[in-house]
Amino acid sequence: MSLNSRIPEGPLDKKWQNHKNNIKLVNPANKRNIDVIVVGTGLAGASAAASLAEMGYNVKSFCFQDSPRRAHSIAAQGGINAAKNYQNDGDSVYRLFYDTVKGGDYRSREANVYRLAEVSTNIIDQCVAQGVPFARDYGGLLDNRSFGGVQVSRTFYAKGQTGQQLLLGAYSALSRQISKGKVKLYNRHEMMEVVKVDGKARGIIAKNLVTGEIERHGGHAVVLASGGYGNVFFLSTNAMGSNGSAAWKAHRKGAHFANPCYTQIHPTCIPVSGDYQSKLTLMSESLRNDGRIWVPKKKEDAEAVRKGTLKPTEIAEENRDYYLERRYPSFGNLVPRDVASRAAKERCDAGFGVNKTGEAVFLDFSSAIERYGNEEANVQGIDNPSKAKIKDLGEKVVEAKYGNLFQMYEKITGDNPYYTPMKIYPAVHYTMGGIWVDYNLMTSVPGLYAAGEANFSDHGANRLGASALMQGLADGYFVLPYTIGDYLADDIRTGAIDTNTKEFEEAEKEVKERIDKLINNNGKYSVDQFHKRLGKIMWNKCGMARNAEGLKEAIKEIRELREEFWKDVKVPGKADQYNPELDKAGRVADFLELGELMCVDALNREESAGGHFREEYQTEEGEAKRDDDNYRYVAAWEYTGEPSEAKLHKEELIFDNIELKTRSYK
Amino acid sequence: MKLTLKIWRQNGPEEKGEMVDYQVSDISEDMSFLEMIDVLNEGIIDGSIDDKGNYGPVAFDHDCREGICGMCSMYINGEAHGPGRGVTTCQLHMREFNDGETIYIEPWRSKAFPIVKDLVTDRSSFDRIMQAGGYVSVNTSGNTQDGNAIPIPKENADWAFDAATCIGCGACVASCKNSSAMLFVSAKVTQLSLLPQGDVERNRRVKNMVKQMDEEGFGNCTNTGACEVECPKGISLKNIARMNQEYLKASFTTE
Amino acid sequence: MSGFLNRSLVKKYWMAATGLFLCLFLVGHVSGNLQLLIPGYEGKLQFNEYAVFMTTNPAVKVLSYVTYFSILFHVIDGILLTRANKKARPQGYVYNKPQRNSIWSSRNMGILGTIILVFIVFHMQDFWYEYKFGEIPYMVSEQGHPITKSGEVVVDGVINSESAKVMKNGEVAGLAMKDLHEEVMEAFQVPWIVIVYVISMIAIAFHLWHGFSSAFQSIGINHDKYTPIIKKAGYAFAVVIPLLFAIIPVIIYLK
Repeated sequence: MSLNSRIPEGPLDKKWQNHKNNIKLVNPANKRNIDVIVVGTGLAGASAAASLAEMGYNVKSFCFQDSPRRAHSIAAQGGINAAKNYQNDGDSVYRLFYDTVKGGDYRSREANVYRLAEVSTNIIDQCVAQGVPFARDYGGLLDNRSFGGVQVSRTFYAKGQTGQQLLLGAYSALSRQISKGKVKLYNRHEMMEVVKVDGKARGIIAKNLVTGEIERHGGHAVVLASGGYGNVFFLSTNAMGSNGSAAWKAHRKGAHFANPCYTQIHPTCIPVSGDYQSKLTLMSESLRNDGRIWVPKKKEDAEAVRKGTLKPTEIAEENRDYYLERRYPSFGNLVPRDVASRAAKERCDAGFGVNKTGEAVFLDFSSAIERYGNEEANVQGIDNPSKAKIKDLGEKVVEAKYGNLFQMYEKITGDNPYYTPMKIYPAVHYTMGGIWVDYNLMTSVPGLYAAGEANFSDHGANRLGASALMQGLADGYFVLPYTIGDYLADDIRTGAIDTNTKEFEEAEKEVKERIDKLINNNGKYSVDQFHKRLGKIMWNKCGMARNAEGLKEAIKEIRELREEFWKDVKVPGKADQYNPELDKAGRVADFLELGELMCVDALNREESAGGHFREEYQTEEGEAKRDDDNYRYVAAWEYTGEPSEAKLHKEELIFDNIELKTRSYK
Repeated sequence: MKLTLKIWRQNGPEEKGEMVDYQVSDISEDMSFLEMIDVLNEGIIDGSIDDKGNYGPVAFDHDCREGICGMCSMYINGEAHGPGRGVTTCQLHMREFNDGETIYIEPWRSKAFPIVKDLVTDRSSFDRIMQAGGYVSVNTSGNTQDGNAIPIPKENADWAFDAATCIGCGACVASCKNSSAMLFVSAKVTQLSLLPQGDVERNRRVKNMVKQMDEEGFGNCTNTGACEVECPKGISLKNIARMNQEYLKASFTTE
Repeated sequence: MSGFLNRSLVKKYWMAATGLFLCLFLVGHVSGNLQLLIPGYEGKLQFNEYAVFMTTNPAVKVLSYVTYFSILFHVIDGILLTRANKKARPQGYVYNKPQRNSIWSSRNMGILGTIILVFIVFHMQDFWYEYKFGEIPYMVSEQGHPITKSGEVVVDGVINSESAKVMKNGEVAGLAMKDLHEEVMEAFQVPWIVIVYVISMIAIAFHLWHGFSSAFQSIGINHDKYTPIIKKAGYAFAVVIPLLFAIIPVIIYLK
């Protein structure tokens, strides 16, 4: 099967409009006879479910959490990009498009990214109309800030809780449709399988997580908005429940998985402190606006800091290595995430790490505090302020900007970042890869759609800050509700999907067998132990830097681990009760396959691009080296039975509007 | 650190529950409270910790573990989310406790939050309150007016934001001696009433949301202020006053 | 009545409105009572005249009915609220530390209210009932002449003990003024009565400590600028008014 990305004809800036004009429509009366299943209630899922219901479709919405509002989009901190150009700094749809393609290291589809940039402005308007309380200035107008990898201010925000506010907006739209009866909500339900009838996605098998009941749900189309798979690493900034199972099940049923190796490692997270650690906490990228990242210049200082005999504040200015400012003078501490992360790893690998494990660098606010203190003293007309006064004034300014983040840091680590620099280290944050979709967001299975982080579409090999929220909402509010009609228009005479067919029966049987296998396994080790081991393999061999040898080892190790898992995993409790361990086991079983595919993809891609850094392919200065001649394609993998034997399909990426360049932030 | 945990165990909504004692050791000060529970559950699964009553691992709600999803919900040592202020259970760290301490862990207690299992409760009553009116009736379209068409005074935008930071965890209900959901409901009512976009439906909204709140079986507010103190997001009592005002106005001015 | 009380918020409005009115009533009551401290015949006369005024003036009558209604409604509403609130949490916590998040009085308004209600019944029986229907000595002038309700000293008048009329020369000069002052003085010679009064005033103080500012919150007044003032005024009110009430019996007892 060849890949047809269905990119509309015409000039870039007319494609979406033309496509919308020519797309098949379903008339309102017929929409009432069509059921759509939406899995996931994050930004993409909730907005898609709400919008589809508003249009008249009958929607069934599924989430594994106790409420749609808990989806992990809620944890996004920094903001959402939109080409509004309210700041009059020369921003435009084209610039946002350009920055996104460049930031993604030229590994994304032009047409998709342009559409994303186009609808970005509608998102802000829509959210304001829903009552999302974005930050405003004293004139009552929307405020913006700046994020890594760009030179304009186009990020809209609501303090450090932008994701929360946007999700609650989408959740409110969803709630409205639930109250109207247009959306039926299935909370604490997990999608266990996609059901295909005559080659089309016609429903899902879901598990009621409270009772353990296995349910059949039919629909004319199925939308997966189930998020990313960062939890394959065990430790990530994802929520504990975030999982790749829905996507993986779809993959096993014929949906191609695209670019699985593109993983975003976020540079500013709180470092790992011990083996018991269950999750990593992100400190917003906005901190890099004012914080300076450094490690000691001398190894003996770094060692002393690690031992605790030397305090960071005792290290003199000239003995500090502000390595980002040194290496990337023009972007400094605001280089894109992949670059910042690799630079931190490079310093720590060289022996300059600053915490017990040697895997941390400093994020220092002392010069920001001093700078703001002096400014504030000027504003207040204080002549010859004392050092203490300056520090005091500066701290107040920093508190107003980042207070909640500082507080969070102190709660988690017990250190006060006003006095001693924060310690940070990169952590897995987002997965650019995902289910392959065409321009309509349809996967390679007819009737099966993927939206938000679950699909691969818009970020190429690296996502810019504040673009995930944009993409999730663009897909859910403005793209999918239109494009899905093109497919559903042929379904107006189908009638309700019968779930008493052999396809549903078989799918249900498969699900039950798998559950029985897990629960009756009687092994020795808990699910988490396997998950942690998988995470270690992935982090060490398919993390911030990869090489062929390591990846080959990883593939072997993961396969062995998977066998061991099925032999030796211990799942307590019963299948017909609320059993989180069982649910976790199912997810980890899928991660054990997905992880392997990630390594396969990483091994295949013999270049460095964005979040995928192959040690063999770097410049002399240690920067990523792309190979546009051989790897300017989307790697879409078709499931054939074993992850390692997945069949590669290549979707050539054509750049008509952007000249491919080496990404430079120097 | 060594700790004695007294945890509420209950197999299902209709079953009888009881407090069960567990001993955990090797707890690091840097662990979060939930990581400590993870250690306990690992011990129960591998048999190193006595599984009294054969309840299996302790079921508890949790997801983001960074204090924003609102899923975690434990009543620790007599307080919602434990002794810390401005934190959810997942952000509570073991350095807040002493070696050898006994820690009581119970689920949220409210008629409107029936127990699912152990420490897990069903908080869908909150969702139903939101469905009763916690939204602006605007459809998705590319043609809503520009986000800057109506300037919003910064004070209103800021207050609306502060109210909107509610994570819907239910600590307010759990802490309130009356199991009242007023702080939760008022946060949404206030947020939308302060914004011009929410103004159109304000009367209908407050009446419908309060009606739903009452029907769910939450208690009444008696202004003890416990919710505000225990709220991990510091949602202010001012919101409740604002809702009282909104409702009063709505009662006088509409049918 | 269900129309007035069908929503939790409406119950709160009534609680607040009646409570605030009763606060006003307390001010009136205590200023009347303070006349008991005016020494000598002047004081006695003034107090008894005041008692006549309070029982005969039509405006005062209306107010007194409003007061009775307020007390009654405050009590009934309070009982309804408490019952609903108890129902909202059928199963309580094994271990609870409410003192960490709220003040004692705010959590015990029901108990305090009950003490106050018992006191009001006792108090009404003791003075109001006695004054209206019981046997009370009559007020006489310094020279021993009877005094009518309108304050007229009837020289050589005689009080008919059956009809309570002051007779002079076979004619009715008016109704005799009752000597409530004397009654009060006598009552407060009894130590246990004094103790009951003092304890009840302490209950009122605690009730007001929470109730005063709480009422403002309930009707929707919570403002960064004014609420701190209302709170302070509430605490002052809660201390001063009951203190004034309580020192009267103590002073009388000690005299």
